[in-house]
Amino acid sequence: MDVVAGEQLTNYQNIAKRIRAQICRISNIGEGGHIGSCLSMVELLIVLYYKILKVDPKHPDWSERDRFILSKGHGGLGVYIILAERGFFPKDWLNDFRQEGSHLGDHISYLVPGVELSTGSLGHGLPVAVGMALNCKIRKKKYRVFVLMGDGGWDEGSNWEAALFAAQHHLSNLVAIVDYNNIQAFGRNKDIIDLEPFAKKFESFNWSVKEINGHNFQEIDEALNDLPLENGKPSCIIAHTLKGKGISFLEDTLGSHYKYCNDEELVEAYKELGVIL
Amino acid sequence: MRNAFNKTILDLTKKNDRIVLLTADMGYGQLETFAQMFPGRFYNVGVAEQNMTGIASGLAMEGNIVITYSIGNFPTLRTLEQIRNDVCYHNLNVKIVIIGGGLSYGVLGVSHHSTEDLAIMRALPNMVVVSPCDCYEAKAAAEAMIEYEGPVYYRCGYKGEKDIHQKPVDYKIGRSIKIRDGCDATIIFAGSIGYNVLLACDLLLKRGIKSSLISMHTLKPIDAGAISKAAEKTRTIITVEEHNILGGLGGAVAEVLAEICTERIKFKRIGIPDVYATEIGSRDWLLTKYCMSPLGIAETVTKVLES
Repeated sequence: MDVVAGEQLTNYQNIAKRIRAQICRISNIGEGGHIGSCLSMVELLIVLYYKILKVDPKHPDWSERDRFILSKGHGGLGVYIILAERGFFPKDWLNDFRQEGSHLGDHISYLVPGVELSTGSLGHGLPVAVGMALNCKIRKKKYRVFVLMGDGGWDEGSNWEAALFAAQHHLSNLVAIVDYNNIQAFGRNKDIIDLEPFAKKFESFNWSVKEINGHNFQEIDEALNDLPLENGKPSCIIAHTLKGKGISFLEDTLGSHYKYCNDEELVEAYKELGVIL
Repeated sequence: MRNAFNKTILDLTKKNDRIVLLTADMGYGQLETFAQMFPGRFYNVGVAEQNMTGIASGLAMEGNIVITYSIGNFPTLRTLEQIRNDVCYHNLNVKIVIIGGGLSYGVLGVSHHSTEDLAIMRALPNMVVVSPCDCYEAKAAAEAMIEYEGPVYYRCGYKGEKDIHQKPVDYKIGRSIKIRDGCDATIIFAGSIGYNVLLACDLLLKRGIKSSLISMHTLKPIDAGAISKAAEKTRTIITVEEHNILGGLGGAVAEVLAEICTERIKFKRIGIPDVYATEIGSRDWLLTKYCMSPLGIAETVTKVLES
């Protein structure tokens, strides 16, 4: 197994800075974008899109591709940026984020190249991912299905319905990654609906579970390189993250779910990231 | 009608390997043969309609023709947002089928009365809405539904409905079927209430009233041409539906008439008067209560013509 280290690690760290700067810049242009939710999943997206997912930016509909669904659709900006970085569409499209007449709204849209499913209402991504994973079984396909979810989304009953079904049918080609940043739309999870003991819930649902630091490239890489975690079971990676990660005035704040970087904050964010404006 | 639908789907699945059937734990005594013949394309997802519709969407994205099968309001209202966001917005090849449309489940109570489904399904962009009236239409509509690429809502009856047609029908989605021709009024119906309408036409004939009778088996896209012609010919249009009076067949026909009529015509909607049943009753008992027995329909039509 290739471990992320040395030059590759430095490279990923630089990409992470660039993507965080882009999240702040595009949110400034569009005056929105749920940046806290985008910033918490940057490392997860980098390992997925630069190493794990079998995708072809020139042929987004390639039939053998791994499927990736962003169930936390409000993080669409984060995925748009990495899709542009990987060449699914020109980077200058990002400047149209939240602009009238474009396809790039706050919530991720399948009308953008590289996006499988439009989401925005929580609890939709996993059931659809289960359908895609079930298709592999029916049609004897080899692709894998990754779904990146928020923690607050696990308040939705439909996800638990899907979790039961995935285990019942041994969908080992299904991988749910939970961006566990502890904050949902109106407060901290533990004060609203405490999900803990979260890992134990999955274990009791007959999933295989691994908990990692969702900002540590080596840990993410190790978890995603070793799939399925257990034969015959769907895999759940609980990635412990910080909302607004990487920008001090956004980090671990509820407000980062809603706000965007104004001009002064953008300068400050670039300074913190060490990126030249 | 349920038997006709299930047999048709079984026959179609023998010839079409793209068909996958999902049920939310319904189909006892009905789907066992399908499950035995096509174990790899039959999934009982459990009592979990939201997940069923999500799975159907994922499967449809991969090229399958997916049927979600249940009864009453379970695969529709229970999972409306999955139908809207996943199925309709992505324009997927998912066929939502209910058994027991309207008041079919009578004494089982209001939870099992599917009486707002047509209005709600009709409001969704990309959705085709069909409501066959008897076994002949049930078979033809099932075949057309599978052939059609895109979301379809199929409102099936239950059991024991009497046939209205005498032979296989020339069926096309969006093209209504004229059953009788008359010059005094046009009665447009959707679904198995059609048999009561047929009997009402006989009663009206004895009163000297000759009615045209149209099966509007597709509520969306609605056959605006047939409505227009009927309005021009008989100047009196009556709709009959086993559904709330709001937003279903009567609403759809009214929308067409309001936009095309340049002269005044007589128009009346017969249906459930925007209420839930407060008493237990069989389908026939409830239909009589809501003036949808053959006599009740004939009385209303007569009053409209006399007004």
